[in-house]
Parts: sequence; C-alpha cells; structure tokens
Amino acid sequence: MLDARKDDQPLVSVRDLKMHFPIYAGLLRRRVGEVKAVDGVSFDVMEGETLGLVGESGCGKSTCGRAVLRLYDITSGSITIDDREIGTTPQNQLRTMRPTMQMVFQDPQASLNPRMTVEAIIKEPLDEHTSMSDVEKREKVGELMDAVGLNRKFAKRYPHAFSGGQRQRIGIARALALNPKFIVCDEPIAALDVSIQAQVVNLLEDLQEQFGLTYLFISHDLSMVRHIATRVAVMYLGKIVELAPREALYAEPLHPYTQALLSAVPEPDPSLEGKVERIILQGDVPSPSNPPQGCNFCTRCPAVMDICQTDEPAYREVRPGRFTACHLYNDNNNAAG
Amino acid sequence: MTDSLPQRPAKPVLTAGDSSAPLTVEKTRSQWADVWDQFKTHKGAVFGLGFLIFITLFVTVGPMIWGVDPGKLDIRNKDVRPIYIALMDSNAKVSWANPMGTDNLGRDIMANIMQGGRISLAVGWTAMILTLFLGTTIGVLAGYFRRLDGILMRFTDLVLALPLLPLLLVMMLLFRDPLRAAFGPENGIFILIVVGIGITSWMHTARIVRGDVMALKEREFVLAARSIGTPARRMITRHLLPNVLSPIMVSATLGLATAIITESALSFLGLGFPSDFPTWGKILFDSVDRMTSFPERVIWPGLAISLTVLSVNYIGDGLRDALDPRIRGL
Repeated sequence: MLDARKDDQPLVSVRDLKMHFPIYAGLLRRRVGEVKAVDGVSFDVMEGETLGLVGESGCGKSTCGRAVLRLYDITSGSITIDDREIGTTPQNQLRTMRPTMQMVFQDPQASLNPRMTVEAIIKEPLDEHTSMSDVEKREKVGELMDAVGLNRKFAKRYPHAFSGGQRQRIGIARALALNPKFIVCDEPIAALDVSIQAQVVNLLEDLQEQFGLTYLFISHDLSMVRHIATRVAVMYLGKIVELAPREALYAEPLHPYTQALLSAVPEPDPSLEGKVERIILQGDVPSPSNPPQGCNFCTRCPAVMDICQTDEPAYREVRPGRFTACHLYNDNNNAAG
Repeated sequence: MTDSLPQRPAKPVLTAGDSSAPLTVEKTRSQWADVWDQFKTHKGAVFGLGFLIFITLFVTVGPMIWGVDPGKLDIRNKDVRPIYIALMDSNAKVSWANPMGTDNLGRDIMANIMQGGRISLAVGWTAMILTLFLGTTIGVLAGYFRRLDGILMRFTDLVLALPLLPLLLVMMLLFRDPLRAAFGPENGIFILIVVGIGITSWMHTARIVRGDVMALKEREFVLAARSIGTPARRMITRHLLPNVLSPIMVSATLGLATAIITESALSFLGLGFPSDFPTWGKILFDSVDRMTSFPERVIWPGLAISLTVLSVNYIGDGLRDALDPRIRGL
C-alpha cells in the first residue's frame, strides 16, 4: 500500500475542511449560530515533510489539527490520509486507521492520565491495536523510552513525578508506539521552558529522520516553525491565508497578514533592530461566529481595497508552490508583493 | 576511526535522568503494596480499619463464644444494669451472666447487639454497594454519552423529588408479603430493605459522578485515548473510573452510614424487620422511652452505629489518599 503511492502524491490531503461548532442560546437552547473555527481549509502534506501551521491564538490551528485526525466529527470537507478517505467515516470504523495517525498534545501534564504509570500510558496503544504478549509489550515500551530519551528505570513511575520536558517525551513515545506515518504536533513546545523547547524539537527532528515521520506542526512560535518546517501555512480566522515553502515565506511574505505576523518576530541583532519595520495591525480579530463579509482580513488589512469588502478572495497558487488568498494578486502571477 | 569502536547511533538523544545508572526497571513492586504503604501512614484510617475488623469479628465470631440466645425471654432477670454500674452504685441489680445488662423483657443486651450488628452491617454494606453500583453506572453513562444525559438526569431528578419515607412505606406494604413467601420472613425483609435503600439513595452519587465524568471527558488525556482509538467501554474503565474514584469513595462512606440509619428509621416505624429480630437501630429506638433510667441501652447501640460509620469514613479517607498516585508520592 505504501509503495503503491507515487512520490508526488501527498500522504495527507485536506480539501475544504470545515469545522463549525454550534452555539445554543435562549430558554429553549435553540441553535442561534455557529463558531466557524475552521472554515474551508485545504492543504497537502507530502510524505516525510513537516508542514508548519502558524497563526495567532484562536485562529483555529488546534481545531484544524484535531479535525484532520477526526477527533471531531467535521462539518464538511474531505480528508485523505495514506490513500484512505476518512472525512465522513464513522468513529468506530476509524479505529483501524488510528495507528497510522497520531497526535502529540500541547499540555504534557493534561495529556497523561495521572492514575496510570508511564509504562501503562505508553503501552495503551499496543494494548488496543496489537496482540503482543506482555513481555513483548514491555520490551517495546523500553525501546520507545530509549528512543525518546527517557530512562527505562522510570517505567513504573507516575506522570506527576516527571518534569514538563520529560512528560512531553512520554507523550511522544505514546504517539510513536504504533509506528505511525503521520503525527500532528499540537503546539508540543508551547508549555515548555525555552531550554527544553530546543531539546524536544531536536528530538522530534531526530525521530523524523529515524522513523520517516510526517508532521503537521502547529505552533505560534514563528522562529521555531522556521527551524523545523519544510513548508509553512499561515491561518487567520479559520482560513489558510498563505502556504509557501519555508524560505520563500520568510524571505518574501505575500499576504499582508503574513507580512504583519513576520514583522512581529523580534530581531536578535541589536544593530539591525532599529531597521525592522513593524507592521502593527489595528483592531481585534473579528469573532469567528460572525466573520466579516468578503475577505476575513479586510477589517484590519493595511492594503485593503474595495473588492476586499465584498468578494471573498480565492485560495490559489499565485506562484509555483506558493498559495495565497488575497485580491492583491488577482491580475497576474507577477503582481508586486 | 578504528573498527574496534562500538557502533553508536548516528545522533544520540539526550537521556533524561542519570543514564549511567544500571538500566533495570525500578523495583517491580505491586501497586497494592504501595497503596498499603500509603494507607498505613494515615493514622485515622488504620484505627478505623482496626475498629471495623474488631466490630466485624464481634458480631460474627462473638455469638459463637457468647452462646446466649438473643431472643430468650427471662422475665425474672429483667432490667439488669450493666456490670460497671456496680462500681458506682452497690445496690444496683447486676449480674455476671448479663455483663451489659438485660432489657425490659429480660433479653441479654450483649447478645442482642451482636445479633443486631450482623443485620445492620449486612444491610449497610449491601445497600451501600447497590447504591454505589447504581449511582456510578447511571452517573458515568449520563456523563459520557450525551444522548443519555437528558433522560438519565431527568430520571434522577424525578427520583430525588420523591419523598423517601412514604415511598419506602409503600414498597414495604406492596412487596413485603410476596417476598416473605418467596425467600422466608427474614431474607424477604432483608432483600426488601436493601433494595429499598439502594434504589432511593443512588441519586447523589450519580450526580457527583456525572459532573466529574463530564469534566474529565474534556481533558486532553481522554482526547489522547480517543486518538489512539480506545473504545468507549475501555475509555470508561481505564481513564474515567480511576479518576472519579475519590468522589465515589466519599459517597461510599456516607452511603454506609445513611443505609444503617435509614434501616433504623424503618425499624422504628415498625416497617423493618419483625419485632423479635434485633438490629442496632431497633434496639436503639426500643430503648428511647426509658432512656433516663437506662441510658446504657441507648449508648451501646448508638456508639456501635457511630463508631462503625466513623471508622468507615476514616477508611474511605485513607483509601482515597492511598489510591491517588500524586499523594502516594511515587
């Protein structure tokens, strides 16, 4: 199955994914609207690459990651992972698909059951999906702990006895237990100390090399994404506004939102710091339950035009490998950035 | 480099902890040994356990040693005071044959407390287990499956709104005779009382468990288990139940107390066990009229009830701590 797929075909392919959460209000708890957390997102993840997904808080990054793994029942859209369409599969039939796709969670404290030992936590996927004997499972848990750099001695301890970085390693070991192809890393480093962040990111990179993993790396840390990602997608208010290879995106952001976002990254060199032109956006992010008409970004865009207020820009490839949803690039592919 | 160098992984990853230490898994003690170690550090729980073992032995083994028939009437030796009264009042009617005295019909109080304790403890434990089972099942189902939540919780509210005693009285009237005919007079009433108490006191447990399950369900480790593909039944047994253990334990200890007391109240109303069948609650209520002249007849069964309830409370407290790995410090 793996070999059957051609090289140019993506491992994960998401088309027009929508995840709307209903809002109930009033005496009768009637449905009065919906939060459009993810509203028409399309992207591909190639085998072996890392797709970074960035955006500010509340833009739907995490929801998108969870929806791709079908931890939610999505509103509409199609998700194809490893040549299998899982967009509308009922949860109980997804079970056989679960070993292929795993997740590393943001808060390593909350993502580990406090009543289970480390061994039991890492063993759970093996219990669910394999018919190994107890001894084999224990050996496999030991191997996984070695792989993520945890001492095997600690197998019988409980999560509260570990530091944040160690807990995240436990979470990574659990995600690796079933030899997945695709791992969604939902801000795996956001809850960690900066010194530990580097360790965990390096660990993720080593593991990618070792096991040939494909990551969807969700983060709000632009410099970390620049370090780890092959391509980067920028989300704003439930939509992807720009998707481009890493170097191209950081060198020349096309969408005005990406430009503003990148200008907020601090410049470590004090002599260059003064030259950095900060684009400061005015106003707040509109509510995802009531997005503006036209382009989602038209309320804050520094380059707003009339058409932005009425027509929603199409998300399309404006240059080879570079996708964006902005009216600035309507006329031709070489419009000024 | 030379060939003799051992093969090393291309990029050694940092090992957390002291990697130079021998790589043996830490002491493979059973979890229950750790639980017992932590339990022992809770003084109250150890005392509670000691008392519970003592009272259980007292009511089970006691009657074999103290071979007096609790129902035997000995009208000549009625109203005998306990033996210790002789220390204060040399004229008191005491006898070594009845160290805790006799009641107004000359029945031996010690034998009655032993026999009554058997019934009270049996009713208490069985009703508590039934309550917990019902409450936990309904609470977990309502909390975990959103579709069942509405109907199960409205049903819970309905049962909560029913007045408890009239309901029990009606149950007694309706089912006493068929059950007696089917299981014999004592067993029939026992089943009736246990079921009656069980199905009228599970609601609080159910509501507490439901609330906790709903909160736990949104935690990331449950999401993680879902991403692994853990089916609902193992999600409940592996992730939810161990984490709602604390409130269940608390309702268990309270449930035992309530069950013993409800049984006393029923006996007091004359709807519990037959009149010649002692239970702690019944002995207590029979003696209330003459409490001022014979305080010991109220004190002993009352003390037995309170101390049993207290000890179970402490045991529950200790167990809750011992079963929580965070408190256990491992």
